[in-house]
Amino acid sequence: MKQQSIALGKPRLFIRLGFITTFKDLFSGNLAKEEIQKLLRKFIVPIASILLFLGLWHMGAKALYNIEADFRINKALVERGQEAADAEAACIDSGDITCQPNSLPSPAQVWNSYKSLLRDHSIITADKKAFVVKTAALNEKRIAQGKDPIVYTGRPSFVDQILRSLKTVFAGFFLAFLVAVPLGIFMGLSPTLKSAFNWFIQIFKPVSPVVWYLLVFMIVKTVLIDSSEDSSFTISFVSVGLCSMWATLVNTAVGVSSVDKDYLNVAKVLKLGSFQKIFKVVLPSSLPLIFTGLKITLSVAWMVLIAIELLAQSPGLGLFVWEEFQNGANDSNSKIIVAMFLIGLIGFLLDRLMLMIQNAVSFNKSQAI
Amino acid sequence: MSNIETKDLTDTMEVSENGIFPPSKVMLNLKNLKKVYPTPKGDYTVLENLNLQVMKEEFVTIIGHSGCGKTTMLSMIAGLNSITGGLITVLGNPIRGAGPDRGVIFQSPSLMPWMTSLQNVMLGVNKVFPNATKAQRKDIAKYYLQKVGLEDAFNKKASELSQGMQQRVGIARAFAIKPKILLLDEPFGMLDSLTRGELQDILIEIWNKEKITAVMITHDVDEAIYLADRVVMMTSGPKAKIGDVLKIDFERPRTRKSVLENDDYYKYRKHLIDFLEH
Repeated sequence: MKQQSIALGKPRLFIRLGFITTFKDLFSGNLAKEEIQKLLRKFIVPIASILLFLGLWHMGAKALYNIEADFRINKALVERGQEAADAEAACIDSGDITCQPNSLPSPAQVWNSYKSLLRDHSIITADKKAFVVKTAALNEKRIAQGKDPIVYTGRPSFVDQILRSLKTVFAGFFLAFLVAVPLGIFMGLSPTLKSAFNWFIQIFKPVSPVVWYLLVFMIVKTVLIDSSEDSSFTISFVSVGLCSMWATLVNTAVGVSSVDKDYLNVAKVLKLGSFQKIFKVVLPSSLPLIFTGLKITLSVAWMVLIAIELLAQSPGLGLFVWEEFQNGANDSNSKIIVAMFLIGLIGFLLDRLMLMIQNAVSFNKSQAI
Repeated sequence: MSNIETKDLTDTMEVSENGIFPPSKVMLNLKNLKKVYPTPKGDYTVLENLNLQVMKEEFVTIIGHSGCGKTTMLSMIAGLNSITGGLITVLGNPIRGAGPDRGVIFQSPSLMPWMTSLQNVMLGVNKVFPNATKAQRKDIAKYYLQKVGLEDAFNKKASELSQGMQQRVGIARAFAIKPKILLLDEPFGMLDSLTRGELQDILIEIWNKEKITAVMITHDVDEAIYLADRVVMMTSGPKAKIGDVLKIDFERPRTRKSVLENDDYYKYRKHLIDFLEH
């Protein structure tokens, strides 16, 4: 194990230092062949592949744009004659919003939409601040009278929706954690419980998020029947939790039931009580697997969240995407692509976050992948 | 020391009902021990009619071919493996399951890799001395870690230690719980020969001080002679039993040099090798 940690530690340092020397040597001209290869692999190839991707995307978007433009001009020609066709072509060329073909947006359009979403966010934030200032005096009075204060009910900005999505995903993840980890531990410890729950897991694990949502909807709707509060948040986070908990449940049960026999023998020889056995031996040794499960759970939670928000009409990225699609405005498509990139990026960051936590708590670094 | 004497010893062992030693001196007694493993092809008898007595403050090494059932026997004494027939007693009382009165040093160090070496030793010490203060228990653990030469590695995680160092912690952990009997299952089998020698010296040095009755399995003839008061030879399985017992009459404390220079050493060695090659 010692050798492993060295083997893991050294290359990282090597790359970090190598990076500087490589650039220095690149200009002084005495670069070894291996170093050139490393530079290629680490920086040039990824950058080139991104550029290639953007290029293909741009060309594809342009081709789709042309197909739709030609179709419109042709349609005008057939239906209304040459004059209308010329007018349509001129309109498209002029860049007028009313007659733009609405297809796959190009990278530049997506970038512009991203900037406009940010602008939108700063406008809404300013709006909110102004609202708070405006209603401060009134709200104080209302609270003094025992009434509910007036809250901002305007349109949420894009950033608000991301934060709301993150809140939902973490609430769902937390629920999955609270249910799956203890249940998994009990299942791993007791073969009886394992056989009692196994059929349950095998049958419900493959069920689609949409169906889980419907089930949760049926139950939560009735449970919260008296409550005036919006149940969409509860429904969406419970559904996310239920969809995503399976990986943690299975991994925890496997981790707990497959603790190294040597460790259990040590516990037997020392006659550790069951409490000590579980907390000092079984749990620490199954932590790497539990965390692998939690990592999968979080990424599954983030993936199903979008679909669930869309169904539950719960504000968030999923609803944002759906509303933009329904909206059909000229920049809707590019806003959807912006959301797509952000969903991917946030998913990636969540995965890294879990990996960091996993590395911090697990004793055997090589197990954390 | 001649071969005739050792033969006598085994003969008496087989005929005597109550063993060869006075009951007050016997620490561990295996009587007609039997172990059967059920297999799909029918029962497989690993051990049968196995009789062995180990005296208080005695160091016994057990040698025999691979797969003859040495480890099975040891884990039965430890209480980690069920007894099919016969009896194992410690100071006259039949054993019931595993317990800290029989400390085990396993072949793989079996340390909890997420704990420091001190925590690993403390795990047992806390259990065995529940009435001592935390400081006292820590002192006990530290004392034994110092004894195995790990005074600089109290707070190192077990996963950061080399195999040899891990096994040192294993030795400290076993001695620190003050067992009545120490069971060693080829503890140095996975180590290179240099480290093995070092650890043998450390083991025997602590043992000389503590004089805990020890039963150790080994494959190494020299190790068996160097450490033991008696070397017990097991016959090959199935139905393995004690084949022969060789008394090692070297003075204690021993040094490796004095043992190697003793003429009897080669007689002992030849005796063991003859048995194993038989």
